[in-house]
Amino acid sequence: MHNRRDMLKHGARLAGLLAATGLFPHYALAFNKAAFDAKSVADALKAYGGGVPTASDAVTLTAPDIAENGAVVPLGVATSLPNVKQLLILVEKNPSVLVASFAVSDAVVANFSTRAKMGQSSDVYAVAITNDGKALFAKKEVKVTLGGCGG
Amino acid sequence: MADPMRIRAQASGGNATVRVLMSHEMETGQRKDAAGKVIPAWFISEVTASLNGKQVFSAEWGPAVSKNPFLQFTIKGAKAGDKVAVTWKDNKGDTRTDEATVS
Repeated sequence: MHNRRDMLKHGARLAGLLAATGLFPHYALAFNKAAFDAKSVADALKAYGGGVPTASDAVTLTAPDIAENGAVVPLGVATSLPNVKQLLILVEKNPSVLVASFAVSDAVVANFSTRAKMGQSSDVYAVAITNDGKALFAKKEVKVTLGGCGG
Repeated sequence: MADPMRIRAQASGGNATVRVLMSHEMETGQRKDAAGKVIPAWFISEVTASLNGKQVFSAEWGPAVSKNPFLQFTIKGAKAGDKVAVTWKDNKGDTRTDEATVS
């Protein structure tokens, strides 16, 4: 079945493939490029040294049920776990799944909020990577009425 | 040089909640212009914050963070009068630092 949604999805996937071939000028910064280039949640977590993710009540994801504008979706991530190294926000169906990664330290409360773009309705993951390499997640489906990656 | 950030830091219960609004295009590298050419990605990739000159917060962002990004985090043990400085760096190497006082 070829409806509009599928076409969009394939378009996004193609763009992702093109980007992966290195045809585009890439950012020359010392940041975790592998993670931000990752096309799946599992790959992104691997780049941060996280193992197989397990669901956890101690990780909280704040996200709307329905996002009217996919260009600005308020997302928050928090955890009550000790020994957390990184908190990540991932949107499963974005061309690159990883949105943001926050370093957790003793000096800050493990609770961060930002706004993200979402191309289409998707599961959103909040993942906590612990110092011993465990990945704990919370997820929520966010429906997007108007995508934020078009143009 | 990019426009200044708007930073608000409020002390409550021994911690300070910092809210930052940055001014940045956050181009994803997915969009095409009228001629069908891909607009290259241009986004903030690193954000750090310091309290009284000591770094307390760091984050890495991808291009999926919204245009004119919003960020909220909480610094432990910050009190009124402390200085919070926020720095971002984008993938073109541009950088900007702005400072605010906890109130």
